[in-house]
Formats: sequence, C-alpha cells, structure tokens
Amino acid sequence: MGPTPMPSMSTLRDWDLKLLERYKPFYMPDCDLCCLCTFGKCDLTAGKRGACGLDIGAQSSRIVLLACCIGAATHTAHSRHMLHHLIEKYGRRYPLDIGGLNIKVEAPVTRLVTGIRPETLGDLEDVLSYAEEQITQATAVAHTGQEGNNLDFESKAFHVGMIDHVGMEVGDIAQTSTFGFPKADPEAPLVSLGIGTVDTSKPVIMCIGHNVVPSVGIIDYAKESKVDDKIEVVGLCCTAHDITRYYNRGRIIGPISWQLRFLRGGFADVIVLDEQCVRTDITDEAIRLFVPVIAASEKNCVGFKNRTNDPSDEIVADLINAKVPGVLILDPEKVGEVAVRVAQKVAPIRRKFNNLPQLEEIKKLAKSCRQCNLCRRSCPQDLKLPQALKAAAEGSLSELEELYEYCIGCKRCEEACPEKLSIHSFIVKTGWKHMTEETNLCRCGRGAVQDTEIRNVGSPIVLGEIPGILAVVGCSNYPKGGKDVYDICREFATRRYIVATSGCAAMTAGSYKNGEGKTLYEEFPGGFEAGGVLNTGSCVSNAHIAGAAIKVANIFAKRNLRGNYEEIADYIYNRLGAVGLAWGAYSQKAAAIAAGFWRLGIPVLVGPHGSKYRRMLLGREDKPEDWEVYDARTGNKVNVGPAPEHLFQTVETKEEAMVAIAKLCIRPNDTWKGRSIKLSHYVDLHKRNYGTMPQDLHLFVRTLADVPMTLKDEFAKILEANDWKEKVIPDPTLLPRMIRKMKE
Amino acid sequence: MSCEPWQCAEVSSTKKANPIPKPEVAVALIKKATRPILVAGSYATDRWMEGRQLIDFLIDFARASKVPIIATAHIVGEFLKRGYEPAGFMSAMDIGNRLVDPDWQGLDGKGPYDLAMFVGMPYYMEGLIICGLKHFAPNLKTMTLDNLYHAHASWSFPNATLEEWAKSLTVMTSKFEGVQ
Repeated sequence: MGPTPMPSMSTLRDWDLKLLERYKPFYMPDCDLCCLCTFGKCDLTAGKRGACGLDIGAQSSRIVLLACCIGAATHTAHSRHMLHHLIEKYGRRYPLDIGGLNIKVEAPVTRLVTGIRPETLGDLEDVLSYAEEQITQATAVAHTGQEGNNLDFESKAFHVGMIDHVGMEVGDIAQTSTFGFPKADPEAPLVSLGIGTVDTSKPVIMCIGHNVVPSVGIIDYAKESKVDDKIEVVGLCCTAHDITRYYNRGRIIGPISWQLRFLRGGFADVIVLDEQCVRTDITDEAIRLFVPVIAASEKNCVGFKNRTNDPSDEIVADLINAKVPGVLILDPEKVGEVAVRVAQKVAPIRRKFNNLPQLEEIKKLAKSCRQCNLCRRSCPQDLKLPQALKAAAEGSLSELEELYEYCIGCKRCEEACPEKLSIHSFIVKTGWKHMTEETNLCRCGRGAVQDTEIRNVGSPIVLGEIPGILAVVGCSNYPKGGKDVYDICREFATRRYIVATSGCAAMTAGSYKNGEGKTLYEEFPGGFEAGGVLNTGSCVSNAHIAGAAIKVANIFAKRNLRGNYEEIADYIYNRLGAVGLAWGAYSQKAAAIAAGFWRLGIPVLVGPHGSKYRRMLLGREDKPEDWEVYDARTGNKVNVGPAPEHLFQTVETKEEAMVAIAKLCIRPNDTWKGRSIKLSHYVDLHKRNYGTMPQDLHLFVRTLADVPMTLKDEFAKILEANDWKEKVIPDPTLLPRMIRKMKE
Repeated sequence: MSCEPWQCAEVSSTKKANPIPKPEVAVALIKKATRPILVAGSYATDRWMEGRQLIDFLIDFARASKVPIIATAHIVGEFLKRGYEPAGFMSAMDIGNRLVDPDWQGLDGKGPYDLAMFVGMPYYMEGLIICGLKHFAPNLKTMTLDNLYHAHASWSFPNATLEEWAKSLTVMTSKFEGVQ
C-alpha cells in the first residue's frame, strides 16, 4: 500500500500546488458579483472584497469548486443509485468482472485513490462511502466564511475531480459486471446511430438521460413479452450508449442537443426520463404532442404524482386516456411494463403526430418577424437567425435549412421572440431531410482498456513513438456543429495517435462519413492502439480513460498502484502524452471530469464555450524558470521546456485545437525518436493550419537528434536565431523523494 | 445604436464600458496610448462588410496606425497570405494571461501595453477575456473594435450594423493615414 490511501482534502495539496505553481489560474469571472449569501450582493470588481472578505479570484475558484462538486456528486449519486439497485437484485457478493482474463487491474482509479481492491458489488459500497464523504467535505468548503485562498479552492477542485473519477468508475464497473455490457472488447459491435435509423412504423420509446436502470426495465419487459421486435427503444445522451451496451436492437439518437428535434419531429410515443442533462421543459413539449412521460428518477420527478405503488393497469389506462400527462414511477421494472404497454397503445393513436409547421406556413409565419435581432442575441452560437427568417419570408428556406447542422437545440431563440415564432421548429422542419437521413454507426461502448492492450502500447507511448493519446469527451455545445469533432478525431487517428471517445462526443464522432461512406468507427479499429478509435461508453466510462493512463504507470512501468497517487500522477504527467478534448463541454460534470484529469497531470482543452468555466490553468513558455524538473538519476534540476504547456485551455477553432493537441502531447520523458515524431506532427499541423512554422521549437529540442530528419534546415534557422543549446534528457520527476541519488 | 450587451443575458457587470460614440473618439484614445496592441480573433475572416473581410479592414488600420496586431487561433496564416506580418500570434487565453502580468514586457520586450484592443472573437469568449483584464490588469485599458457592445471593456463601440462598422473602421484608418 502506498502513502496516501483514501486521501482527505489536504493530503495531496502539495502535489496540487506544484501543478498550480506551473499552471497559474487565469480568471475570467464573467460575473462581477457574488450573490451566494444574504450579505450580498457584493460587488467584487477590480480588487474590491465582499462582505465576507473574499476577492474575485477566490470567488472565481469557488465557483469552479462548486461546479466540480456538483459534477462529482452527480456521477457519484448516479453510481450510488445504480449500486443500490444492483445489490438488491444480484446481492453484495456478486463478483466484479469487467474484462475476464484480460483485466487483472479491474479498478485502477479506485485502487489508486482508495487503496481498495474491489472484488464484489459489496466492496464498491465502501468506495462510494469514501467518495461521498469527500464530496460533502468539499462542498462545505464553498460555504461563506470557509476557504479564502484561491489556490486552496483550486486544490479542492482537483480533489473533488479525482473523487469524481472514483465515482464514475464504480458506476461503470458495477453496470458492466451485472448487465452483460461489452467487457473491454476492442471489437465491440457497431450500433445504429441517428434519427434515420429508427423504424418509425413501430412504437418508439425515447429514453433520455444517463442512468440505464429504467431502460433495462423496458428492454427486459419487451423481451419477456416477446415484443422486442415490435417496438423501438432509443436513447438520447449517455443512456443511449448504455442501452446499446445492453441491447443490440437499441439505437442511439444522438447527443443531448437532439432532444427537441426528435420530440418535435413526432417520433417518440413515450418518453422515459432518468437523470442528468434532461431538458426540464420536456414535459411541456410532450404534452403538446400527446406523448406520455414517465419520470423514473428521484432526482427528476418533474412534478408528477408518484404512482410507484399503483397497479400497472391503472397507470397505463391513465396515460393512454391522457388523464395525466405523465407519472413518476421509481420501480424500474414497473417503468418497463408501463412504458412498453403505453407505447403500444399510444402509437396507433398518435401516428407520429408532430406539430411542425409546413414549409409554406414557415414562409408565411416568417413574414411577421420584426428583425429585432433578439433571437440572434439569445443564440449561444450567434446564428444568423434574422437573416434566415428574412430569406424565408422572401420565399427561400435554404438559410434556415443550413442552420440545422449548427443549432444546439436550446430554444432560446423562441424564448426571446416577441412574435412567439417557433424558430427551432422552423429549423427542424427545413432540416427534415438531413435529420431523417442520419443513418450512422457508433462503436458500442467497450468499457475498460485491457491490461494486454496496455502492455502492447506502454513502451511506444511512454517513449513517444505513439505520438499521443487523445481523449475526445464531453457534451455537444459545439461552436460550429459536430463536424469539427469528426475532423479532429480522424486527423489524429490517421496520424496513429490513440483516439478514445466517450459520451456525446463519441456519438458526434460517429455521425459523419468519409469519402467511402464509412464512419470513423468503421474506418479505424476499436482497440487501444496506434490509429485506434475506441468508444469507452457513457459519461461514467470516462473513468476508463483515466484508468488506462494509470495502468500504463502500473502495468508497463510497474509502479505501485494502491494508495500511491502522487507518484503515479508524477509518472503520467512527465511521461504519458495524453490530452483531453471536450470540444462541446457545457456541464458541471464535464468540469469535474476535467479536474480529475488535471490532478493526474493530463491537460484538457475545451472549445470556445468552455471559456465560460471562467478559469484557465495556463503555463508560460516565455518563463524558462517555470519548466524545471528533477532528474531522478542525479537530483539535478533540468529545464525540460513547456511540456505540456497548459493544463486547461480554451481554444477558438478546430485548427487551433489540432495544433494544440499535437503540442500538448510532448512530454519531458520522450526519447529523441519519440520527440522527433511528436515535433513532426506539431510542425506539420502548424504549417497546414497556421501557414507558418511554430516559433517555439527551440524550447522542445533537447539534442539535435530530436529534430525531424526532413525538417533539419528549417529547425536550424530557428535554433540559431534563439541561441539554442543542447540539454540533458532527464529521468523527469517533480517529486524530490523520487530522486534515486541525492545531489552532493 | 444601443449600448446593451449583444448577447442578452450578459448583464452581470457593475462597471460598464464607456460607449465610443464615433470613431474619432476611438482614434483619440488610441493616440493617447503609449503602448497599444490589437488582438484579432478567428472571426476576422468570417465577418464580411461591403464585400471585404474584417481582416482586410484590420490590416489597413494596422498599417495606417502602426498599432501592432497579435493574431489568435489559427488566423496568423490569413494575415500572412495578405502580405501582412502580425507582431505575434498566440492563443486568446495566452494573450489574456500575459496581459494580466504586470511584468510582461510585451511581444517586443519594450514594456507593458497600456491599451489592448480586441476584435473578431466569439462574443462570449472575448467578453470573458476582457472581464479578466478588467479585474486583474488595473493598469491596462481595453477597447473593443467590434460592432457589438462589450460591457466589460473600458471602451466599446455600441451595437451597430455591418455598414456602420465598416464606416467606423474606415474612418479610424483614414484618421491615421498620412499622420505618422
């Protein structure tokens, strides 16, 4: 057992402060006020302190901490609910199995953080108890009059991010073990993705959220009643991944932002809500379309009467006869029965009714647009809605149609419109052809990475010969549509990086095709290998990406794992060229996931909307003194350059993202061959996207052997201009205790 | 022309930008600055006015005013294609992070900037960076050259049409031409 099993909030503080010394927070508070207590509102502008004494830097980091606490609580509560259910159903002694003989390290995050080596469902209860205590403690920190220092808030955000990965891992290994999901399978099947894959001649049950337990109830009931071939069970957001991991007839509709378009398109006959990322006005939308709603989570009761203990026949009758718009049912098996029976009865009555306007009607309605610009000014993407409405009024719908690809379905345009125009419906209707032709494939969530895969790639990753691991994760708040995600994944898979996806980003990555009509998941293998594109699964499967990094340190490098966080994080930070990209991150969960990666020393990039997390963690490549590490062989301090340059950064465009990814994969431990490969990609992407050579190459060349063969002349000019001198390639560490021989 | 934040919900600032009523005022403020810089974002090629891209207006302005440009995102290549070499390029976050450092001596090492102008980034992102500067760079003034009002800046043009925007940028350029 290592030195830090079950760390409390301050146990790993020194490690956090080392990272934060290098990657100082850059705050962009957005809101000048604090309104969290009744002393306020307090104006914290430009150095003013609030009534409690807090300044805007600490307040900004407090908001970051709160976001991470919400995110970690959400994943952990999800896992807790699932674990309760699974233990009730399968018992505490049910063995964990997430990969058979291919996985000995079944829970790398849990082992690393808690020291616990879980073998059964019951063992996971202890893990969650620890996680829950930590989240409670961290949330308490945000109370008025507790922490006052911005870096201590940041450290606690890191802590809660680490806990978030524990919570996620518990959830996914519990469901993978019990529900028969693919077990670390590189060849997990390809599953249907897109609205066009739904057989709309059948009753359609639309499941929204993240907790698959009610969906399992639906699928089980449909199978037992032998109607599984007569209904469609489809999912939106992460519950979709888990539906298809459980059920080969399940379909992924798409990410969170597809909720309204699918519903308004009239495709759903019953909606089942579980938890997280569910539109809170979905019941209002459903009522307009005569779609019964079943709320299936205590966390999201949406005002419905609790009918859990009522006879199914009565509930079914009430929903079919529209006596009630929806019900709350907290028994997943009853949810299954009610949903299937109601869908079968309602579908022939509804006949896929939708209330989208006809195309000619849109042209007519658009004439009432005042061109007030409020729709555009409310649109997160600044879409040119007034122009599109003007064109529609003049008879051309093509501009509205073009918006289909870029619209994230938030409906703020409609909320703002003084004429109450159903602008989102206009976009859905004019984009109908695109929508119904979305017939793609996604790799079914495979779960964890095998130990054997880690052994195969450990050496080339750590030495830099596989240029990097790119984790494309998160939500769908994309600045210019989802194609950017596909383009980025494809670019790096083609360059033989390992590309790991999860969540909504995994769906988006599968939503486009190459010139031969193949999706990414058909074009590239699903293994954790050079040029592989693997989908770990839903949100909670993100833990497997962190887990893979941890397993490289443990399995390949044979570093002790249990309770040994700091040493493993130091290893990952200095040696493993891994980068997270959350191009459309919007949620608090995404913040917590990112924080878990930061503490492991893995940099995370976000798209432009990610700037709204209000705080970046940025290194300064122009400050050489910031980039010293110890050489574990000698104890000497060695300058290794800005590798990686940032820990959390917003990028503006996909072109910038590509260059940043290549650069952020550079690590101090790269061999000369590995560094040369990484620099080749960095230079190539930079020249292609920026039209010029990078200006900072001298910071990354340690010996002339690092210089790519084909670029010697170009490098020579830059090295000469910057008075470059050869440097030692160290055995890098930030931890003095890892020095094998102390300097005399 | 209104001085409300372009995105309706961006109302959370207690200290709001002084509106720039006409381009001559902006010119006077720029002339008053000793170390101005212009940060140009990725929308420099997305925004079209009078058949020209924003980037073309910016190059004209920079050539006339001699204000150095720093390009964010990948946009440096677009400047180079047009025969204009920016003073530097880096991510928008990096430039923001450097501007809050009172010890940063600028791209040319000649001292801190006293005026940072911004133009052509996603509205919310530009607003956030400017907000960071408002709080953490007390010796720096900020100005936006967009046609969208940015409440967090020291000075901002009001919301304006593309035609008005083009006119403002053209007038600003003309006021510098032949002067320096």
